[in-house]
Order: sequence, then structure tokens, then C-alpha cells
Amino acid sequence: MNYAALFRATLPETALEIAALLVLVVDLGFLRKVALQIRTAVAAVIGIAGCIAAVWAVYAAGWTGFSAGSDLLLAAGGSAAVAQVAILVLTAVTLLQVVDSGSAESSFTRNAGEYVSVVLMAAAGGLIISAAQDLLVIFVGLELLSLGLYILTAFNKQSGKSAEAAIKYYLFGAMSAAFLLFGFSYLYGLSGSTSLPEIVLGTYLASARGGTPLLLIALVMIAAGLGFKIAAFPFHLWAPDTYEGAPAPAAAFIASVSKVASFALLISISYAILRWPAMLHLKGGGVTFTASPAGTPQPPATVGFVPTWPMILMDLSVLSMIFGNLAALAQSSVRRLLAYSAIAHAGYILLGLAFFSWTNVSAQAILYYSVTYGLTAIGAFGVVGVVEHATGSDKLDAFLGLHKRNPLLAAVLLVLFLSLAGIPPLIGFWAKFNLFAAVLRTSGGALPFTLVALAIAFSAVSLYYYLQVLKRAYVMPSTDESPIRAHPATLGVLIAIAAAVVVFGCFPALLQNWIAGFYPSM
Amino acid sequence: MAWAIYISFGGALISALLPKAKPEVARLWALAVAVAGLAIAIAGFAAGMGQGRQVFVDALWVPSMGVHYLLAADGISRVLVLLTGIASVAGVLFSWNIELRTNQFFAFYFALIGGVYGVFLSGDLFLLFVFYEIAIVPKYFLISIWGSTRREYGAMKLALYSFVGSAMVLIGLLAAYSTAGSHSTALGDLAHAGLPVSFQMWCFPLVFVGFAILAGMWPFHTWAPTGHVAAPTAASMLLAGVVMKLGAYGCLRVGIGLFPHGLDPWGFSFIGIGSWRDVFAWLAVIGIVYGALVALAQTDFKFVIGYSSVSHMGFVLLGLMTLNQIGVDGAVLQMFSHGVIAGLLFAIVGRIVYDRTHTRQFAELGPMHLSRRLPFAAWAFVFAGVASMGLPGFSGFVAELQVLVGAWQANPWWAAVSGIGIIVGVAYIWRALQKAFFTDSLPTPHEFESEREHKFAPITWPEYAGVALLGISTLVVGVYPRILLDSIEPAVKALLAGGAQ
Repeated sequence: MNYAALFRATLPETALEIAALLVLVVDLGFLRKVALQIRTAVAAVIGIAGCIAAVWAVYAAGWTGFSAGSDLLLAAGGSAAVAQVAILVLTAVTLLQVVDSGSAESSFTRNAGEYVSVVLMAAAGGLIISAAQDLLVIFVGLELLSLGLYILTAFNKQSGKSAEAAIKYYLFGAMSAAFLLFGFSYLYGLSGSTSLPEIVLGTYLASARGGTPLLLIALVMIAAGLGFKIAAFPFHLWAPDTYEGAPAPAAAFIASVSKVASFALLISISYAILRWPAMLHLKGGGVTFTASPAGTPQPPATVGFVPTWPMILMDLSVLSMIFGNLAALAQSSVRRLLAYSAIAHAGYILLGLAFFSWTNVSAQAILYYSVTYGLTAIGAFGVVGVVEHATGSDKLDAFLGLHKRNPLLAAVLLVLFLSLAGIPPLIGFWAKFNLFAAVLRTSGGALPFTLVALAIAFSAVSLYYYLQVLKRAYVMPSTDESPIRAHPATLGVLIAIAAAVVVFGCFPALLQNWIAGFYPSM
Repeated sequence: MAWAIYISFGGALISALLPKAKPEVARLWALAVAVAGLAIAIAGFAAGMGQGRQVFVDALWVPSMGVHYLLAADGISRVLVLLTGIASVAGVLFSWNIELRTNQFFAFYFALIGGVYGVFLSGDLFLLFVFYEIAIVPKYFLISIWGSTRREYGAMKLALYSFVGSAMVLIGLLAAYSTAGSHSTALGDLAHAGLPVSFQMWCFPLVFVGFAILAGMWPFHTWAPTGHVAAPTAASMLLAGVVMKLGAYGCLRVGIGLFPHGLDPWGFSFIGIGSWRDVFAWLAVIGIVYGALVALAQTDFKFVIGYSSVSHMGFVLLGLMTLNQIGVDGAVLQMFSHGVIAGLLFAIVGRIVYDRTHTRQFAELGPMHLSRRLPFAAWAFVFAGVASMGLPGFSGFVAELQVLVGAWQANPWWAAVSGIGIIVGVAYIWRALQKAFFTDSLPTPHEFESEREHKFAPITWPEYAGVALLGISTLVVGVYPRILLDSIEPAVKALLAGGAQ
């Protein structure tokens, strides 16, 4: 074990942890007597500085990764780097929204320092799982992230809903962690290793010896554990309650950062599965198998991970799309509506994972989707938070007449929701197009095509419920026309997010090239 | 001509930022933007006369996916851009009386117009789709905020129908893109990609129906009458005038242009129907007759015009399905002609008459003796009605005649059955004229008294100007159709000869 290399590889996480501790020290040590407003602002600014430092660290750490012996533990570069930078940026954006929310009556907490440091620690967990290549590291990262999220959900101590949501989230989370561990233990038993590539190889050999039923159980368990993190049907039950009960910035964090990290993890798993022919070639293992040259692998329809895992993901994807979109139609609370729409969006992304490509097309498309979705979701929760603060409710009717009460906020809402619905030229449309094109490019045939058609059809359905909110904001008359005031920094961030959604939508190549820049050219 | 798009979007943005309290500023700004668009359209039309396809901009938009920002125009595009220019100016003139959130109204209005210009000028399938969707959203807000009868229902129905249609188009787009090898989305490249016949066979109906929903093809037309009736005057003028043309244009440019083999015979026939061409042609014929018959039974003046649009758009689709030079020429000309005439009819019914009488029911309009009290409206409607019936001297005559000749060459039955639609068309216009304007009951002395006390507001200059603009357009094209046909014919010939250029 080379600790210098470990330190270098985990420099971003370390930066975040230092920032987290610094926030606590400054807040509890020096600012105890200062007004809450200033304490919140200082904490958030230190947190943002930590994120910036960590982004620098991601670049500075180089693309070496970290290995113990011959097993790669932490990957670097490629998808991991994209996901890490995205996580840090999204975390910084969620913290920006907290900067000026510290005035006594509007704050959801009196412990701003603790809030910020928990956010940073959870984000560090996110960084770990987006790079992890080993079951143990994955589990540690996931738990670090999840524990942070449970606390964040419960952070509004005055609200019963917040506590209820946190308990639900925690119970479901504990259960799914148990499932995940159970699945991991089977995998270890089948393959004798905790390293992802080794496991794929090992389970192939094991299932060739008749271990397939055990492998199936393991995979289903793991799908349940990870399906919980991304809120895929039928492991989504926590999502609506958590999105509804959690403080708005925490909900935004859950909807964005946690999603991006979990999808980055799923991408690592998918890569490991697809790279196993290359592994066989290198190891020359116990089977006689001539691996095709890199670039054109033709995995035979065979036992092991290869056919099963995509099938599980595909089922989750279809169920999530259908259920999420249909359930969202019936919601009267905008937060629950966003939660169900998040389930639907997870379904679209899972489709990209189910038809995953050996080349980087799919990984890039999935990251593009999850990052842009995360950004949009933060903005959407920001708007909901402002409206909720002014009207005391997140029901659809709270948005009545928003265009008169705060025209800028209404315009931001218009842009963000249309982007979520996938209307061009906003970024949500490009994300969808990119993802579906990647699916069709990866595998021809009737099945992927039918599923893409289904996804597009359901995104047409989704327009209806997004329009329900916009209809309240722009069309229907309001009884209350008193202006809604938003903090300048919050409003500024929201406008910046909306502007980014428009600009990246008009010039989609900007973000695509940025993501592609992290991958070694093939 | 690309500037028509930029000016419209820029106009929309600035209009949104104009002060709320001063509607007159927003109006003048809107008129300036619309006139600038029309000027560019006319200049582009004149400059493109006699030329083939012109490319204005061709840049890689998303290099990794081969998406081009390609704006180009051929004869068909130029005619439709001209129509959009005329319709947008007329629409601004007839929405001069909008007092509620005027600046927002024109912001949505020009976002829609910009999308429409964009669709007609796109030379890339992807870009076309982007503009097509941009045009959908403003319609929803235009209707649901400034509309009338059952506006939220009409607006939502329209938005969902359009979005379902565009979802079908998107599926077709993705399928064509990946089948052609994921290299480029330019229309020309896709047309030359050699898409397999079996693929075209199922992709063509998907894309065609997707676009035809917006063109009001029976039985997917039901959004059209409710949407038209619910919309404010300018929006229904645009809906009938240009938005339905988007659908028909997509059918022609994408459906027929990219998937010409989708129209080939199936190899078997069922009750005389042996290809997608027969299916859609018969749906168009049914639309012509059905729309006309339903229009004959309406009691709401605006519904009459709404269903007449369904009927007239049937001619466009029928013309497309003839697949011969004269029929498709007629279809494109009919797009222009119906755009102008339907705009005029909606303007008279929805603005000139409704704003003074506050009713559109024939039963209430009859006793008002409008021919005497609003002679301008009555005679303008006679003019527009005659044009709509397709009398010689108006643009509708040339267009429908060409479609019918083309249909006769393709399948005489199509022409014969659509002839019924024309006859019924005369009937419903007569009926509307008589019920709304020229009732034969004489006013009672009491009514005579009250009429003298409640005089209708005089016709304003924007109304005169709008009627004149649309009326002159249809007359000029009716008297001298070559002005458009010279531009349309070569483009149609090229399109029919080799798919898209």
C-alpha cells in the first residue's frame, strides 16, 4: 500500500473533508455570537471554496488512479473525472443557494455550519463512488453519501414532515444497503475477489461451472441496492416523501449530486462488464476463448454478467419510465411531481445503461444527461423553495399568478420545466436526443428501438404535467398578487442556471466537447 | 433570408422586456418586427426568383453527431416564407386591440413566427425538428392566456396533439439517423444514405402521420376546430395560416423527400387500398368531405371557419399524395392560398365582427342585420367567402383545380369524391353569409330604434390595412398564379425526381 499515491488519488476528497472541518471550526469556534445570516454566508462561502479547491485537485491529481497490488481501487480520468467535477460544481451551486438564506425567519436551520459540512462530506462520498472500482470502496462511499443525505433530509428540526421523510429514507436506505451487501457477499463468494473486473471474470468462470442461479440472486440484490440510490421503480418509494419533506436545498442536493454519483457508479460497473473479453485476453484464464481485438468486441450470448445485468437494468428502466410519468400526472404537490418526474428521468438514463457501448458514446451520453438533469433539478427546487417560502405551500396552486408576482422567477421556471420536458433548444432536449441516439447507435434491432419509442412517447406525456405547473404560473388568474421577493443571490443563481440551460442548449457541442476531453481519444 | 428568423426571435426577446404599462409601444414594435420580416421575405423571394436551392448558412452545430446548422431555401420554402411574412403582419394588425399583457403577447407571437420561419428554411432534419418544437410551446400560451371559449381545454388539446405528433417525428428522426449510420442529419445526406425500402415502409407512415396531425388530417384533426375557436384572432390566423402548413410542409419535405419508397405499393391490396399512398389519399379525401359537411351544421361562426380549414387542408394532403407535378404544385399553392384566405376569414369573424357584437352564434348575429350596420365586414366576408369557395380569379381556384387535375391523373375516384367537398364548400359559405350578414327578416321598429342608439364602433385603420393586405395577396395570386408557380414548379420537380435535393 502506497500511502503517498493514495493521498494523491484522494486529493479531491481530502480537500472537501478539510473544508468540512474548517467550516465546523470557524462556525462553532469563532462565529458563535455572530448573526445567523453572516454565519450561513461564511459557511457557504468556505464550502464553495472547498469545492473549487477540490475541482483543482481533480485536475492536479493526474489521471493515474490508485491501485493496491494489481487491483485498481480508484479509477481516474474518463467518466470518473467528469462525474467528480460535475459533483463538485453541482455541490457548489446548491451551496450558493444557501448563501443568503440565513435571515432568521427564512432559514430552515440555525446550524448552518453543520449543514454545509454534512453536504461536503456527502459530496466526498459521491466523489468516492464515482471513481470506485472495488466492492468495499463502493460500499464505503455509498454509505458516506447516504448517511449525509439522511441527515440533510432531517435538517429542518421544526418540521414534522422533514423528520418523517428522513426516517422513511433512512429505513429504506438501511434495507437497501443490506440488500447490496448481501449481493456483494455472493459476488465475492462466486469470484473470490472484490475488484470489479476480477469479479466479472470470476463470475463468468463460476457460472460456467453451474453457479448461475446464485449469480442471478446476487445481481438482483445489487440492482435493488443501487436502484434505491437512483430511485428506480420499484425501489423509489422513499423519493416522493423525501423530496417533499426535505428542506429545499437538501432535496436539490439529493436530486442532483446523489444521482450523478450513482450513475457514475453504474457506468463503472457497465464498463467492467464490457471489458471482460479484454481481461480474458490478458490473463489467458482457464477458458479457451479468443478475445476479439479491442474496439470490436463481440461478447457471445453467454452466461455471467453479460446478458443478465442489462436485462435487469432494462426492466427497471421500462417500469420507471411508465410508472414515474403516469404517477406524476396525478400529483398536486410540485415537489412530489418533481420526485416522480425524477423517477421517469432515471428510467430514461437506465435505458442508456442497459444498451451500453464499449466505446465511450454511452458513458458520455449518460453523464451528459445526469449532469444536465442535476443542474435543472437544482434550479427547479430553487424556484420551488422561493415560492414555498413566500406562500407556505408547494401545491400547484401556490404557483398561481407567478408571472405577476415575480416575472423573473416565472421565466426561470418556464425555461427549467420546458427543459425537463425536453423541448428544444433547451438542454434537456439535447440530453434526451444524445442518450437515445447512443442507445440506437450501440445496438440496432427492434428491442432498443421499441424502448426508445416508448421513452419518447412518455416524454410527450410528461409535457402535460410540466404544463400544469406552467399553466398556474402564466395562465390562470390569481387571487393573491402580492409580489414574491427572492434573495438577490438566490435569484442570481437561478437566473444563471436558466441561462446555462439556454446557452448549453443552443450550443450543445460546448458541454459535449468538455466531457469528451476527459477521455483518451480512441 | 435567415435574418427573418433572427429578427423574429430578437423581436420576441425585446418585446418581453418592453414596459408592461405601455401597450402602444409593444404594438408599434411588433408591427416594425413583422414588417421587417415581410420585407426580408419579399426580398428573398424576389432575389431567389429563377434560382434553384440557395444555401444561406452551413455550419457544423454538433460536430460529434453530424448535426448541421444549415439554412437553405428552394422555391417551396420561399413561397411559404412569403406566406409567413404576410400572415405575421396581418396578425399584428388584427391584434391591435389586445390590451392584456400586450408585450408578452407579442413575445410569444414572435417566438412562434421565428420557429415557423426556421422550419421553412431548415436544410437539416434536426434543425427542422428544433424549430418545429419551438413553434409548439408559444401556441399553448397564446391560446390559453388570450383565448376565449374553453381556452385552457383547447390550448392543452392542441399542445398535446402537437407534441404527440412531434414525438412520432422524433422517433422517425432517430431511426433514420441511426439507420443511415449516425453520420449526418442534413436532409440531403439522409436522402442519399440509401435507406432500405423495408425501413422506409414503416418509417414513412410514422413521420407522415406525425406531421399530418398538425396539418389537420382526418381523423387527427379534432384539435383544429377547438384550437381555432379558442384562440385569439391573431393566433387562429397563424394557426390556420401557417402552423397547419408546418405539418403539410413536413409531410412533403421530410415524409416524401426522405422516404420516397414508403409510398411504394405493399404488394397486396385490401378493398382497393394497396399502399400508404392510397391510405393517406383517402384520409385526405374523407377530410375534405367531412370537414365541409360538419362546417355546414355549425351554429358558431368560428367553428364554420375552423372546419373549413380541415376541409381545405385535405386538398393539400391530397395534392401531396398525387405524387405528380401538377398535383404537388397545387398542394403547395393551396398552402399559400389557404393561409391567406383562412387568415382573412378568421380576421373578419374573430376580430371585426366578434369585437363589436360579442357573439359568434348565428342565432344572435341574424337579428343584428350586420349587412346594413357593418357593411365593410359583410362585403369583406363576401369577398373572402368567394375566394374560399374557389371561384376563378382567386388563388383558391388555381390551387384546387391543380390538385383535382393531379388527383384525377392519379386516381379518378379521389377527384370525384373531393368534388363533393367543393360543392358543400359553396353551401356552407352561403349559409354562413346568409345567417350572419344577409338575413331576410326585416327589423322591427323597436330594433330599428335600438340600433340607432347602439352604433358599432367604426372600422379602424389596422383592420382596413389587414383586410387589404390579405385580400390583395389572394387576388394577385389568383389573377397571375405564375408569380408563385414559377418558383414552386422547379422545386417540386427536383423533389419528386430525387427525394430531397
